[in-house]
Amino acid sequence: MFGKLTLDAIPFHEPILLFTFAAVALGGLVVVAGLTYFRKWGYLWTEWLTSVDHKKIGVMYITVAIVMLLRGFADAIMMRSQQALATGGAAGYLPPEHYDQIFTAHGTIMIIFMAMPFMIGLMNIAVPLQIGARDVAFPFLNSLSFWLFVSGVILINLSLFVGEFGRTGWVAYPPLSGIAYSPGVGVDYYIWALQLSGIGTTLTGINFLVTVFKMRAPGMKLMQMPIFTWTCTFANILIAASFPILTAALGLLTLDRYLDFHFFTNEAGGNAMMYINLFWAWGHPEVYILVLPAFGVFSEVISTFTGKRLFGYAAMVWASAAITVLGFVVWLHHFFTMGSGANVNAFFGIATMIISIPTGVKLFNWLFTMYRGRLRFTTPVLWTIGFMVTFSIGGMTGVLLAVPGADFVLHNSLFLIAHFHNTIIGGAVFGYLAGFVFWFPKAFGFTLNEKWGKAAFWFWCSGFYVAFMPLYVLGFMGMTRRLNHTDNPEWTPWLYVAFVGAVLILCGILCQLIQLYVSIRDRKQNLDLTGDPWNGHTLEWSTSSPPPFYNFAQLPTVHDIDSFTDMKEKGIAYQRPEKYTAIHMPKNTSAGVFMGGFATVMGFALIWHIWWLAAVGLLGLFASLLSRAFDNDVDYYVQPDEIERIETAHLAHIKQA
Amino acid sequence: MIKEKYVGYLKRLWWLAVLPLSGCKWALLDPKGQVGIDAKSLIITATVLMLIVVIPVIVLTLYFAWKYRATNTEAVFMPKWAHSTSIEVVVWLIPCVIIVFLGILTWKTTHHLDPYRPLDHEKTPITVEVVSLDWKWLFIYPEQKIATVNELAFPANTPVNFKITSDTVMNSFFIPQLGSQIYSMAGMETKLHLIANEPGSFAGISANYSGAGFTGMAFTAIATPTDADFDAWVAKVRASSKILDADSYKALAEPSQKHPVEYFSAVRPNLFAAIVHQYMGSKKIPVSDEPAPNEGMKMGEKMDMNHMDMSSHSAAEE
Repeated sequence: MFGKLTLDAIPFHEPILLFTFAAVALGGLVVVAGLTYFRKWGYLWTEWLTSVDHKKIGVMYITVAIVMLLRGFADAIMMRSQQALATGGAAGYLPPEHYDQIFTAHGTIMIIFMAMPFMIGLMNIAVPLQIGARDVAFPFLNSLSFWLFVSGVILINLSLFVGEFGRTGWVAYPPLSGIAYSPGVGVDYYIWALQLSGIGTTLTGINFLVTVFKMRAPGMKLMQMPIFTWTCTFANILIAASFPILTAALGLLTLDRYLDFHFFTNEAGGNAMMYINLFWAWGHPEVYILVLPAFGVFSEVISTFTGKRLFGYAAMVWASAAITVLGFVVWLHHFFTMGSGANVNAFFGIATMIISIPTGVKLFNWLFTMYRGRLRFTTPVLWTIGFMVTFSIGGMTGVLLAVPGADFVLHNSLFLIAHFHNTIIGGAVFGYLAGFVFWFPKAFGFTLNEKWGKAAFWFWCSGFYVAFMPLYVLGFMGMTRRLNHTDNPEWTPWLYVAFVGAVLILCGILCQLIQLYVSIRDRKQNLDLTGDPWNGHTLEWSTSSPPPFYNFAQLPTVHDIDSFTDMKEKGIAYQRPEKYTAIHMPKNTSAGVFMGGFATVMGFALIWHIWWLAAVGLLGLFASLLSRAFDNDVDYYVQPDEIERIETAHLAHIKQA
Repeated sequence: MIKEKYVGYLKRLWWLAVLPLSGCKWALLDPKGQVGIDAKSLIITATVLMLIVVIPVIVLTLYFAWKYRATNTEAVFMPKWAHSTSIEVVVWLIPCVIIVFLGILTWKTTHHLDPYRPLDHEKTPITVEVVSLDWKWLFIYPEQKIATVNELAFPANTPVNFKITSDTVMNSFFIPQLGSQIYSMAGMETKLHLIANEPGSFAGISANYSGAGFTGMAFTAIATPTDADFDAWVAKVRASSKILDADSYKALAEPSQKHPVEYFSAVRPNLFAAIVHQYMGSKKIPVSDEPAPNEGMKMGEKMDMNHMDMSSHSAAEE
């Protein structure tokens, strides 16, 4: 009846998990009680959960990303404290069966369920506004993407309290992830959580590609798109081309585990190397998916806060294009040590270091954007400068790892861990946090507190160095990754320092939570009445904050890269059109919520081999899809009088400001 | 009083003092074998090459950010200046030049440091067959016809040819102070060539996570001062009462953690080949005392298509 699921699957014997569960349950109860007390269930359902508005979907993505950041960070600080405690023969407090789940979950969560949704959330909020569109090309698909992502989130969090998570590392290499060496449900949780959210990501990539190619404002040529939109577009090309590889690789792994196929295990002629190749053929483009939009954020931030045009716009676009193409021909550098010939290794090594050319050009272009500018040291600018310094170091260690001769001694060491955190934190995450502060007023209509924002930056940035520079050293000392305990007195002090760094980052995260609280409390003093709090260059700043649900009462006509600056200079910004015309808009739909819900049920049932429930989930998924497909009542027109009312109020605000 | 309090704080930070002192203990920067020495000099050369561009970028970032701060109204302000062909040429050229040099260095060193390339040395190499098991290392000496677990010995200044496989999940065979590592994979044979330039005991690890007992999967690599010392070590192993036949191998292959050092005075012939060839057919052929049908032929001579060994340049070898 319940497949492999029994009461034993609930880890009553793990005090850490019970405590976590109690905290989550309590938090959940508070939220439910609050929603009931303030009678907000209807509001939540109609205004948010069923919304197809890209701005609200973006906000929901980032909300979930922040929650998952806390979860992934809890894993991180447990790992650092375990390694700091378990030295000199001590066992620490996390036995391997628990510790191994933690580092697997940390990697999976931070990449797939923190960084990806943060990036997609920023893209959702900013890209349609930047190109002067009223929504994405397929608003319902966007909602579906989000809910498929949420089903992945639900599954990976369920693994904490029902059963277990994988103990394979986030890459889940077979044969370790095969049924013989991982007979439990942990790898199945991994597979289905990634599979469902990955399909959502593929749909997002396609959706946004169509959006930027078909829905740009009149007059906006491709080479006039804002740079963030460009970098997101390249990220979406990478998504559309690489996520299907992940889907296929996970599908084959599923067949191996469920139906005794042997694609990746030696029996019957399978080969684990195929999985490793497929995984990184997705996994390497994935890191550029994460970092390219962050590059876009830095470009926007630096040109906005120097009050200058971006230096070398065309070079920036072509550099991103080069990174996109080259990102696909470097995957083998993740396993030089597999024993390919020297020619193969040298090819992939050199291809990898060629990527540093366009990346270096980008750094120089940011430098020359600052040159002869008037830089305002706001929080997003601090993140950007912190990034430029930190990422230079991370890029250098990355190129070093791309030299096969060096990689043969550095591979899988803590040097590697330090390197990719250097680029993912110092590159992608700094970018998202800059984007968060930068576009927050656009999404919510008030600016974030600068004092706490700057405190967060300094804690994060110093914490990063204190936490990860020791790992570079430990890599040189011959310490490999994923060790449960160590017995080398030389390493111990460095592990202590790294733990202190993790605590500093914790302070940074706490500052950000305080920043949110303080900013919401004081929102009345920090209202963004004009919609243009930073003297921005691009179209998202030309509409109100938060924008009306239709974004633009009249679609803007674009003549320049910095189209809003252009309008301000010509004195045609905030112009009232002669008359408003009706706007065609999509209706909200609950189909995405239902499909995500049924997908979750199906995933859970497949993990536990509850076949009848899996069939129910699948049927429900199709039924919801069909009911949506045959629903013709999906759109409506916003009437001119309503638009006029909203726009008049906004114009009055601008006069007031 | 206050001073004492601070002294007390400082005393608690004793471990910070260890940091700079431990510099000479950095395994990769203190290599004891030619491969490791070459890797170290490669790391240093490549890093210096990159610092040529990285340091100016960091300095310029901080300098420009400071110089062009909004409050410095004396600095030039050119809000529309966004293109300069000469700057563009320079910023593309600098990284290109660095990468050309680095690329040439990479091409040469990748061939020179290829783990499959036998080392140039006048002495005849000795061969060790390495098998990663859950969670220990088995070393088979085909020439000496002995085997050991978690202890490896060879004479210093003699090249060692490792043939590596796995009878469990993927691991990575790594002796940090001697140089390169290579994966061990079931059903496949990988190769690694190392040498110790001086005698000593070096830590060996698995550098690829392989499950619950992974952390304890450590071994010691002993480079003996002379050939005679190595022979003495071999004699010590031969004195063991244990032999490694199919049954004792099966028992050894069972998962165990922090396995003690073990010596085997004799080994089933072709054990390594039998381990590699377990998957030659559609069914797994467990290691037994009967030679498998395709055993005994030279490795790599006739390979099932699904069963490539990883030597893409086997002709140059052996």
